[in-house]
Amino acid sequence: MYPILEAKKLTSNIYWMEVKAERVAKSCQPGQFVIVRTGADSERIPLTICDYDREKGTIIIVFQPVGASTYEMTSLQAGDAFHDVVGPLGCPSDLVSEPVEELKKKRILFVAGGVGTAPVYPQVKWLAKRGVRADVIVGAKTKDLLILEEEMKAVAGNLYVTTDDGSYGRSGMVTKTIQDLVEQEGKTYDVCIAIGPMIMMKFVCKTTEALGIPTVVSLNPIMVDGTGMCGACRVTVGGEVKFACVDGPEFDGHKVNFDEAMQRQQIYKTQEGRAYLAAKEKETHHGGCGNCGGEK
Amino acid sequence: MADMMKKVPVREQDAKVRAANFEEVCLGYNQEEAMEEAQRCLNCKNARCVQGCPVSIDIPGFIEKVKAGDMEAAYQVISCSSALPAVCGRVCPQESQCEGKCVRGIRGEAVSIGKLERFVADWARSNGIRPEGASEKKGKKVAVIGSGPAGLTCAGDLARMGYEVTIFEALHEPGGVLVYGIPEFRLPKEEVVHKEIENVKSLGVRIETDVIVGKSVTIDELMEEEGYSAVFIGSGAGLPKFMGIPGENANGVFSANEYLTRSNLMKAFQEGSATPIMKSRKVAVVGGGNVAMDAARTALRLGAEVHIVYRRSEEELPARVEEVHHAKEEGIIFDLLTNPVEILEDEKGWVKGMTCVRMELGEPDASGRRRPVTIPGSEFTLELDTVIMALGTSPNPLISSTTEGLEVNRHRCIVAREEDGQTSKTAVFAGGDAVTGAATVILAMGAGKAAAKGIDEYLSGK
Repeated sequence: MYPILEAKKLTSNIYWMEVKAERVAKSCQPGQFVIVRTGADSERIPLTICDYDREKGTIIIVFQPVGASTYEMTSLQAGDAFHDVVGPLGCPSDLVSEPVEELKKKRILFVAGGVGTAPVYPQVKWLAKRGVRADVIVGAKTKDLLILEEEMKAVAGNLYVTTDDGSYGRSGMVTKTIQDLVEQEGKTYDVCIAIGPMIMMKFVCKTTEALGIPTVVSLNPIMVDGTGMCGACRVTVGGEVKFACVDGPEFDGHKVNFDEAMQRQQIYKTQEGRAYLAAKEKETHHGGCGNCGGEK
Repeated sequence: MADMMKKVPVREQDAKVRAANFEEVCLGYNQEEAMEEAQRCLNCKNARCVQGCPVSIDIPGFIEKVKAGDMEAAYQVISCSSALPAVCGRVCPQESQCEGKCVRGIRGEAVSIGKLERFVADWARSNGIRPEGASEKKGKKVAVIGSGPAGLTCAGDLARMGYEVTIFEALHEPGGVLVYGIPEFRLPKEEVVHKEIENVKSLGVRIETDVIVGKSVTIDELMEEEGYSAVFIGSGAGLPKFMGIPGENANGVFSANEYLTRSNLMKAFQEGSATPIMKSRKVAVVGGGNVAMDAARTALRLGAEVHIVYRRSEEELPARVEEVHHAKEEGIIFDLLTNPVEILEDEKGWVKGMTCVRMELGEPDASGRRRPVTIPGSEFTLELDTVIMALGTSPNPLISSTTEGLEVNRHRCIVAREEDGQTSKTAVFAGGDAVTGAATVILAMGAGKAAAKGIDEYLSGK
């Protein structure tokens, strides 16, 4: 069992947890992920490691409930435990393997969207610790859904917050901020790292491709084992099939086939949604889950 | 007196009934049937069956005990050589191993060694008999990577010799392919696999799940920081292969590994499971091995019409004859001498069909099997909503890429000496699919056993 030391809500639907997982905390690097299971019969859920404390043997995970299994996770409190936490999985971020002197010469831009802000944070922090200050754009739908603003401010070179509805910071999508920074505000970047919803990463890549900025994205496809065994997470990158769990999760964003990747995320959408309904409605549930036959 | 030339028939679930459930297909012998079948054993002096067994069970020895009705003694004879008799009795290809060598088989049917082994193991389990552990401790620690057939066998043998053994398992549950790969209807998990793993644990073996060696911890760290004197790698087969044809990433195309893992490990076949599995109407399983049969029979039980699509003829099917026979009885349709060339998608990216060509057999190829050749102009389309690729696996690089000094061959399989599992790295041994590529449970067990002996010789020589 993997005890939860602290659990809190960052916004109305984004959850933050510090979990004891000593082997993971000892060996993980920015960019890697874990798979967690809430109970003995739960689904395996891949989540990016958002921070780690090697001394304490803990990792931080941040998630937004999207289906029945992540909804189940929201009920966990400090003092509860995950049945399983396995990792670190995937390859560390490319930044980690580059010499610090090289990194210092680079102008790096991070683009974070929604809950994707959480996995961006450890990378920016890792760089800041080595004296490399990266610019960060954080996008949220609205002010109330913005997370980790203070934490990010402390480690970023410049932090640009933008909200889709203009309720806080700049107004509009992250792609607009990228364009404004480069085209209006005289900024130049050698590399961009974008993490967020698949649709955001797709459009960030379109924008940066036009601006000539090499871009890395972190993909979060459907997975089962996370060790390369099942192939559920296959994505097409530069015309080649890759497994996100062992070859990724980070890839050259300008080569990723996003349309296929988004389509593949839909495979269990209805089935997941139905299970979520069944869990949420409990005794008032009357069909629609695909399991009880109520829909027939 | 029954016909001594023939096996005592084994009871099975009716094909029509079992096609709709996940209960075990073969019901096994009862004591009376087992004792009757045991009478057929000639107790050969120079027993050829033992030579046919990768773990060299004293087969005439245990059958003699069954004849005498002493099942506990029979179990102890088997468990001297095998840590997983209830598994082997169910999934070993006996027809090409022990039973294939049986003298009875020359003029009649071989003794039903597999079914007798299964009976003895099941009897021991339901009577609470456990294997005998080590009498004295060696005071040395050995790490075993992977809790599949190779790892469990190696760990069990080492524990019996008195070593302190820890198995590291990447998944949340021990058992490897016995748990994620082989379906419930061939190998019950709760009743059989979990109990056999309990037996291995009762010998003193510790199992740590959720540890991915190569990621969570490296082999060098296990030896240098955690005090293990030797390591056995039994990490299994690895990454599923795909054909590389158009449409393979459409929604509704799965590797057999994914499909079976969802159903077997994650229990997606049960109502209310947290892990989803595609509810298919018509399925093609591409491939002809045991894994293809398992995937096909799983899809059938989940309510689909299922076709096996295989490019050679029935004779070349690599699956066990018994599995093919069972699959046919249950209503799986065999589209033989058929090869997919493209998977067709609808406008939303879901599978709607598969274009195939007919094949004929030409000259023998390197494997000695006749090479399938496309018949020109034979293209046709199968309408489907699901395609399951069961084409084998290629080795997982997780361990080889993170362990310095560990040699791999051109197929990226770990190089290990057959007789004792020694790799190119001191104190590191390997066996099973990680070394051979995808093979059988019993061959992996044989390799685990050889490596246990190799590790013992290495550690006692020190």
